[in-house]
Amino acid sequence: MVSKKKKKYSSGEGAQFMTRKAALKKLQLSLKDFRRICILKGIYPREPRNRKRAQKGAGGIKTLYHTKDIKFLLHEPILWKLRELKVYQQKIRKARAMKEYPRMRKYLRDYPSINIDHIVKERYPTFVDALRDLDDCLTLCFLFSTFPSLKRVPRDQSLLCRRLTVEFMHAIIAAKALRKVFISVKGYYYQAELEGQTITWIVPHHFSFQPQSKDEVDFKIMSTFVEFYTMMLGFVNFKLYHSLNLVYPPKLTAAFSDTDKELVDEQAYVAERIAAMNIPVIKLTGANETEELPEMDIFQTEGEDTQKLEEAKQEAEKVKKLKTMFNGLKFYINREVPREPLVFIIRSFGGEVSWDKDLFVGATFDESDESIAYQIVDRPSMDKQYLSRYYVQPQWVFDSVNARTLLPINKYLMGAVLPPHLSPFVDKTRDQVYKPPEERELLDPNFKPLNEEESGSDIEEASDEDKEEDSEPEDPEQALTKQYQQELQEESTSEDEDGEGGDMDPEKKKLKKEKKKAMAVTTGVPHKEHPYQKEIEDKQAFRLREKLVRKKHRNLYKSMKAGQEKRKKEIWLLRKKRRLHDEKAKQEKKAEKRKQKLQAIEAASV
Amino acid sequence: MPPFRKGLLKRKIYSEDPKDSRNEALSKNESLEDSEDLIRGDLDDVNDATDSEHEEDPNNAGSDNEIEKVMFGDDADSTLGDEADLEDSDQSSDLTDSEADTEENDSSDENEVSETTSDSEKSIDSGAESGPSQAQSSDEAEKKSANQKQQKLTTKSLKKKQLQTQKETKSSVDILADKIKNSSVSIQPVEQKDEYSSGDTSDEEDRRNTTGEVPRWWYDEYPHVGYDLDGRRIIKPPQRDQIDEFLKRCEDPDFWRTVKDPSTGQDVKLSKEDLELIHRLREGHVPNSSHDEYQPWIEWFSRSVLATPVRAFPDHKRSFLPSRSEQLQVAKIVHALKMGWTKTRKQLAEERKKKREKQFYNLWGSETEAVRGIQRHIPAPRRPLPAHAESYRPPPEYLLDAREMKEWNKLSETPWLRKYTFLPTQHHNLRSVAAYSRYTRERFLRCLDLYLAPRAIKMRLTISPSDLVPQLPSPRDLQPFPTREALQFRGHAGPVRALQPDPSGQYLVTGSDDGTLKVWEISTGRCLRTISLGGRVSRVLWSPAAGLSLVAAAVGPRLLLLNPGADIGAHRIAARTDELLEEPPPRRDQAEDERTASCVEWQKVAPEEWARGVRIAVKHFKDIVHVAWHGRGDYICVTLSDAASRSVVVHQVSRRRSQLPFRRNKGLVQAALFHPARPWLLVASQRAVRIYDLVRQELLRKLQPGAQWNSTLAAHPSGDHLLVGSYDSKCMWFDLELSARPYQTLRLHGRAVRAVAFHPRYPLFASGGDDRYIVVSHGMVYNDLLQNPLIVPLKQLPGGEPRDSLVTLDLCFHPTQPWLLAACADSTVRLYS
Repeated sequence: MVSKKKKKYSSGEGAQFMTRKAALKKLQLSLKDFRRICILKGIYPREPRNRKRAQKGAGGIKTLYHTKDIKFLLHEPILWKLRELKVYQQKIRKARAMKEYPRMRKYLRDYPSINIDHIVKERYPTFVDALRDLDDCLTLCFLFSTFPSLKRVPRDQSLLCRRLTVEFMHAIIAAKALRKVFISVKGYYYQAELEGQTITWIVPHHFSFQPQSKDEVDFKIMSTFVEFYTMMLGFVNFKLYHSLNLVYPPKLTAAFSDTDKELVDEQAYVAERIAAMNIPVIKLTGANETEELPEMDIFQTEGEDTQKLEEAKQEAEKVKKLKTMFNGLKFYINREVPREPLVFIIRSFGGEVSWDKDLFVGATFDESDESIAYQIVDRPSMDKQYLSRYYVQPQWVFDSVNARTLLPINKYLMGAVLPPHLSPFVDKTRDQVYKPPEERELLDPNFKPLNEEESGSDIEEASDEDKEEDSEPEDPEQALTKQYQQELQEESTSEDEDGEGGDMDPEKKKLKKEKKKAMAVTTGVPHKEHPYQKEIEDKQAFRLREKLVRKKHRNLYKSMKAGQEKRKKEIWLLRKKRRLHDEKAKQEKKAEKRKQKLQAIEAASV
Repeated sequence: MPPFRKGLLKRKIYSEDPKDSRNEALSKNESLEDSEDLIRGDLDDVNDATDSEHEEDPNNAGSDNEIEKVMFGDDADSTLGDEADLEDSDQSSDLTDSEADTEENDSSDENEVSETTSDSEKSIDSGAESGPSQAQSSDEAEKKSANQKQQKLTTKSLKKKQLQTQKETKSSVDILADKIKNSSVSIQPVEQKDEYSSGDTSDEEDRRNTTGEVPRWWYDEYPHVGYDLDGRRIIKPPQRDQIDEFLKRCEDPDFWRTVKDPSTGQDVKLSKEDLELIHRLREGHVPNSSHDEYQPWIEWFSRSVLATPVRAFPDHKRSFLPSRSEQLQVAKIVHALKMGWTKTRKQLAEERKKKREKQFYNLWGSETEAVRGIQRHIPAPRRPLPAHAESYRPPPEYLLDAREMKEWNKLSETPWLRKYTFLPTQHHNLRSVAAYSRYTRERFLRCLDLYLAPRAIKMRLTISPSDLVPQLPSPRDLQPFPTREALQFRGHAGPVRALQPDPSGQYLVTGSDDGTLKVWEISTGRCLRTISLGGRVSRVLWSPAAGLSLVAAAVGPRLLLLNPGADIGAHRIAARTDELLEEPPPRRDQAEDERTASCVEWQKVAPEEWARGVRIAVKHFKDIVHVAWHGRGDYICVTLSDAASRSVVVHQVSRRRSQLPFRRNKGLVQAALFHPARPWLLVASQRAVRIYDLVRQELLRKLQPGAQWNSTLAAHPSGDHLLVGSYDSKCMWFDLELSARPYQTLRLHGRAVRAVAFHPRYPLFASGGDDRYIVVSHGMVYNDLLQNPLIVPLKQLPGGEPRDSLVTLDLCFHPTQPWLLAACADSTVRLYS
């Protein structure tokens, strides 16, 4: 007997993957429901190693899912719910068609909701897993919290998002977990650290909602995501409050509990939401107020570990300082300043905030309070100013948080031209990253930017170059080799004359000549080695070794080198642009000064 | 049955149930019969009838009673009908109403009766007046009055019935109307009396003539128009002719309102009221002028609580007592509510809302039981964090300048090729920052990425490029090696093709395209001797034989063995060499085959050549490409260009004999060498390197360098390693004990490699070619067979100036020192130390 021939694609990659069409057939779902369950369950297509084989020989590019993923979906109880929903919708449709409106209303009223708690648990078996994946969740929830009621979006979704995000912000405030903030053109970036996980989210600027055409944005899909994310965020909030010894759900304001107030206008909502942030949440009784982190111990270990430990300790110290940065300081926010981000930031670093009580609810103290330390203004001038406080622009708060210290306010005073706002998210440990002079100034207090001083620009440039050397090891070496080659050429020319080579300085040559002229013993001149001789040699040796890169890695090596070159070029370009800008600014400044002088002279002469 | 009765019946039928109407009809019939009986009775005892009105005549009274009975029977009927639907409490109240009504009516009736009698008397009077010819006896009149009375009674009862039926129809519709009626009845009983008291009714009119509904023209021929109640003729009034009519019209001012009564033939003058009535009827108004169609509506039953009840009679006791059944029902519901079996609508709605509200709990509270998740989950990559350029106030260098802006605009069709997804913009303060219009879209795209983008684990290298570079010992540890150019030997007029130091390392011989061969002292760079050979010198080689001072030079097709001269090396050796080569050896076996003879010719050296130092000359049929000595110095291997199978020739100097080792052409031979230790011949052809055993005369190995075109070949002094240079800029290191493939391929040059050389003592080798650098490398070979050779490129030494895209033509190491000698195309020889 001839054994049966094995069918093609019945094993290996061909059996491992499943096209979407096949998945739909297997699950007996419509594409819409499949999409929904994929979003809820976090199933995604996979890229096969060999597409041809995975598609069972079919051409083109198809959406491929893992067969096991689809089988996993097959056991999902929600699948049945979806099918039931389908029937239910048919009922509603029928009632509408028969014009049995009361029945239809009843159906609509009792529309079944899908419970997805178990999916949250399934997708995030531990709390830390959930925290790790919180970025998208928060960003989307914050976006939805600004949405009006939309077609295809459940009515209470944006309200729920609003509630949950405010709760989350409260948790962040209570945990003092905020680390970095950034004003981008897209919105406000916040980075918090919870349980060792960094969570970054974006809150859009005001009035971010714009009607979108259907081919641009499908709110139905986003709404399905939000459906899952709200559950996730709710559970995360609960756990956070639980771990912070806070009462959940917090009683923030009547706005979130009373849905009767649904017709309250948006402005009032926002105002209440911000006001809610200004109230400390209720602690569980018996929770100790000051929970100190245990002091980090340093064990006597060898080598790098101690250094690392030391660094970690310093970092912890800094963070501790940051957490209490605004402690005991009172801030007053002028009405033109966006309050939500500032209240959130100031409160999470221990400050007290208030605003105009006539305009918005929730003000805790008045403008005339003499103990206010900073008033945050965003207007060129003010009529009535108090001497007891600083009038600063909002960027000062952001920059101070990122610098982890209260920055000097002189650059941020009311009406002043603000310094550039730098991103705190740029990885400082990576090489080949352009650092603007402002950042370098921050990192290194001794650094002096170009445009600060009028004279001595050469020196600065030199120092700049030195910096460059530090940042990229390649750049100077080329210069050095050039230098060296020049020297070599010089040497070779000199060899012709002398017959014997050697690294002879002109002085030596002179000496020799003198020697020839008159035999005499003169004091020896110490032989000077070229300062970069060793480096040049190493560099050359590296060049040669570079050629021994294995054939297998050669392309990779080349591309990596090309990437390095590209980055270098970018850095060069930025540096050049900055230099040009600074020079221009300096000239303008000079011209202005000259003009002023001339004017003064004229005035004096007249 | 008279027509009006029929009409009444009909109305009843419409208004009431058929049963009721039947009852009603029955009662009517009864009453009719009664009335007939009454008439009969009247006719029976007429005498009694005269004073029957006030004296209670038993018969009459009976009839009266009977009428009452009928009425009550009617009522009873109606009550029966009411009983059929007892639930309707209104009906019952209506019943009481009607009862009260009848009572009242009765009382009023009696009054009426008295009045009507007086009226009838009046009418009799009038009748007497109108009919003078009419002789009326008193009893007749009495009879008539009795009749009248009887008729009146019947009409009365009828009227009552009519009223009742009206009431009933109304009551069935609404209780309120009934009540209104009630009240009106109670208020205006007098008006109703008036209606009957006015004697001028149609009934009385009818009573004058008893002919009934017959056509009037029947009586046209008779003097009478009919009969009165007593059966006497009613005589027509005197007929008037046209003239009388006319006269009357002229004389009588009331003529226009005088009409003829068809029943009596009398003229009747219409009163003012009559006229008004007619007028109103014509106009289509309600006949009664006193009726106000638009009288103000009195809302009796309004929300306002009145001080006194609207209804005149008190509510029944029942209405004050709560309903027992209702109470039971309510109690049931209340109990259910108390027990929580049922809920109010509000509660239900609240419950629904509560259910819909998300309930959060400690999901990760309990210990984690193993939850089945996605297999081999690939978490979605995070979005990159924003850089300085995304800031609302970026440093000025991040803003796009004019050139970048132009590029930005150019890529508007393909925005994904742009450097940023957003345009870096400078905002002067926070209040001027607008919302980012693409925010929602970006979030949406992220959502799409999360569920739609295929995911795969992609290994990302975290290494730096320098990690890919092999870790080799530092060149500083591998010294000595030539590090720099020490000397240049100048003197040649053309590119130096070949060079070699003598075995002692004191002298250097070079051959150039200018047709000269020069001997130099290496340490000083002094040219000791120049020998012109009259042709391009392509190769020069010192003989390795210790006791001979002999240089092999290839000049075109000729191979010359020269003695460089007495002043070079020891005199004795030079002399001995001359001595040795002066005489050609005796040719014992002259049997040289034809094939060899055709390509090689041992020439006799001319005296002028001898004077220049040439001792032996061998001419080949093609130009010489490569020459190699055997280690002993007796054999010399020559490679000829384009010579096919005869390209390798081996000469034996001592015997002055030549051999062609190969029969067949095996590729374009580039170089051929003797193995330094074994009797092997190494032949580098264009593609392969072949190793032949000269003793056994067979091919030992075939090495595959993998290059397109080999150029040169060098053997390690130990003999176990080979270095092959190729025109495609590669050097291949072969370990003969390893494999036929190169142990390492070195791409140290950018262009063709033309020369490779091993140092005879130090673990060094060098390669040079058409690019500017000569590369000196460390090539350590270990005695331990398990350890592979260590190859470290050490130094790039700058070669000469390029001439016709040639730079380095030959390389040779100093035999004792770590020095490298290079023959350069710029007609110099360079020494690197």
